[in-house]
Amino acid sequence: MDFFHNLAIGFSTAFQLTNLFYAFIGCLLGTLIGVLPGLGPLATIAMLLLITYALTPEAALIMLAGIYYGAQYGGSTTAIVVNLPGESSSVVTTIDGYQMAKQGRAGVALSTAAIGSFFAGTVATLAVAALAQPLAATALLFGPKEFFSLMILGLVVASVLSTGPFIEGIGMVVLGMLLSLVGTDINSGTQRFAFGIPQLFDGIDFVPLAMGIFGFAEIVRNLEPHDELSLVTQKIKNLFPTREDFRRMMPAIFRGTALGTILGVLPGGGAVLSSFAAYTLEKKLSKHPEEFGKGAIEGVAGPESANNAGAQTSFIPLLTLGIPSNVVMALMVGAMTIHNIQPGPQVMTKNPSLFWGLIVSMWVGNLMLVILNLPLVGLWVKLLSIPYRYLFPAIMVFCSIGVFSINSGTFEVYEAALFCIFGYMLMKLDLPAAPLLLGLVLGPAIEENFRRAMVLSRGDSTVFLTSPLSGGLLAAAAIAVVLITLPAIRSKREEALKE
Amino acid sequence: MKNVMSRLTIRDRRAFVSGAFFLAVAVFFYAVTQGYAPGTTARMGPGYFPRLLSIVLAAIGLFVMAGAMRPAAELQRLRAWDLKGLLWVTGSVMLFAFLLYPLGFVISLFVLIMVSSKASPEFTWKGALANAAVLIALCVGVFVYGLGLRFPVWPTLLN
Repeated sequence: MDFFHNLAIGFSTAFQLTNLFYAFIGCLLGTLIGVLPGLGPLATIAMLLLITYALTPEAALIMLAGIYYGAQYGGSTTAIVVNLPGESSSVVTTIDGYQMAKQGRAGVALSTAAIGSFFAGTVATLAVAALAQPLAATALLFGPKEFFSLMILGLVVASVLSTGPFIEGIGMVVLGMLLSLVGTDINSGTQRFAFGIPQLFDGIDFVPLAMGIFGFAEIVRNLEPHDELSLVTQKIKNLFPTREDFRRMMPAIFRGTALGTILGVLPGGGAVLSSFAAYTLEKKLSKHPEEFGKGAIEGVAGPESANNAGAQTSFIPLLTLGIPSNVVMALMVGAMTIHNIQPGPQVMTKNPSLFWGLIVSMWVGNLMLVILNLPLVGLWVKLLSIPYRYLFPAIMVFCSIGVFSINSGTFEVYEAALFCIFGYMLMKLDLPAAPLLLGLVLGPAIEENFRRAMVLSRGDSTVFLTSPLSGGLLAAAAIAVVLITLPAIRSKREEALKE
Repeated sequence: MKNVMSRLTIRDRRAFVSGAFFLAVAVFFYAVTQGYAPGTTARMGPGYFPRLLSIVLAAIGLFVMAGAMRPAAELQRLRAWDLKGLLWVTGSVMLFAFLLYPLGFVISLFVLIMVSSKASPEFTWKGALANAAVLIALCVGVFVYGLGLRFPVWPTLLN
């Protein structure tokens, strides 16, 4: 009964006119940046973070969430029409989506992606609504050692899923945690690694680091010589899939949705992982695997449903446990902090309208996205004809203003410029940046819970293993590590992450 | 002897440099933590956790470096840097930060757009100027009038 009562609260919040308006803005911006390669939801949300200060917390989170799942829709358009992933979560869609477009079935591919995404979005909304309460109840049982172990699990899984060797991913996590310790130690008041620079007393801000790497350094990389875009110029007509298309895509949509819903909840999971996993699954189950890579509709339907479901359910760990499972969720923590909301199980009880409003707005947003994306697809494709030499200065301008507006100070802007060089170095060394950012975000909480757990156990560090809940979480982390080092799985993973 | 030498060559330079980078950062942080009290495991001081992390990072760095010298390691070179592009992009951001307070939003944005545009191999003066005009108008409209962010819009001397 509660379930429906809660959804009713959600509907009344999400359907307030201002909230509908900001959901629309979020979806519009999300589609826009999703279509454009080289600008992702991360940089966009980081840019808009401070601007949301002027909004109500509901409107702010609804808009930012809209950008994240809206980008999944926009990304698939670029993947299908230009054979270039607009977002990293639509990498696999390029494989069969672009082939379909070449066969004159771009319209069908686009509507398959939209139908799949909408279905997945609806299911994921219900999943978030149903799972949130039991998970939040579990979180209330958590003490410092459980939180410590849970975060370790999240970081390990995030490194397992990042590109490149696992050990380098872990290295980046540890590096991020070290950077997170810069600033005032809350227990002793000691200034750590601040070297007398007053701006560093509050620590290294997440936004300049994210902008330096995912905004500026990404631009430098995109400016390096690369292949020309190959636009499919034919007019997009016939959006309607045939009966045969429907018969083939519906099971793929169901499977993709289920997979994405589950993988999104995992710490370290989210849209990207879900889409890769769904593609592999479809190829495995298909009666005609030889069609994959040549325009199989399942290869579009599965991953596109999965990435949308994963994007939405990745809100679950954030809203119930207070732990961001990926870098975009880490930014959502920032957004909540701006509005004095502590992410975690208490959000649901203290701000029910925010919590349920956000969930319902995701469903409303998905409906808007179908309308925004299908009839208007021609408009979005036109956007791709803007030359990059006009686009990237615009990205630079918005990023610079976004970084400046954190504190109305230039220190953060210099910081972002330095992190641009740092980020470029990481790219050249193939070191993954996502684990670094996650380490930076979770570092302080990990140290805090580690210290508290050790105070409670009087310095006995075996408590992490002997307490059943904490031990179970660490065992799961250990299993993930063992699995990834098995040669058979390692080669599979490299294959999956490379494609 | 020759056999040992050939086994100890750095095959994967990318991984080797990555490992060395981890190690260098770890050594630096460890050295700095010497100034912070470590405390005991039950009552940790500010130095305990960073010291632990530096040791872990150093171990990872050594492991990665050793892995790069395995006979089975993939042969990889370091990839070349596009220094010109990096310089224009980073430089334009620094200039923006440097000019913002004395010269104001409009002029520093203009410098940011023109200098960063130079990073593109397809740079044209006409295109960059037109782009700058559009973007500045948009930003002033959105950020100064629309959102009311408090920027110094014009040079401080004029106010």
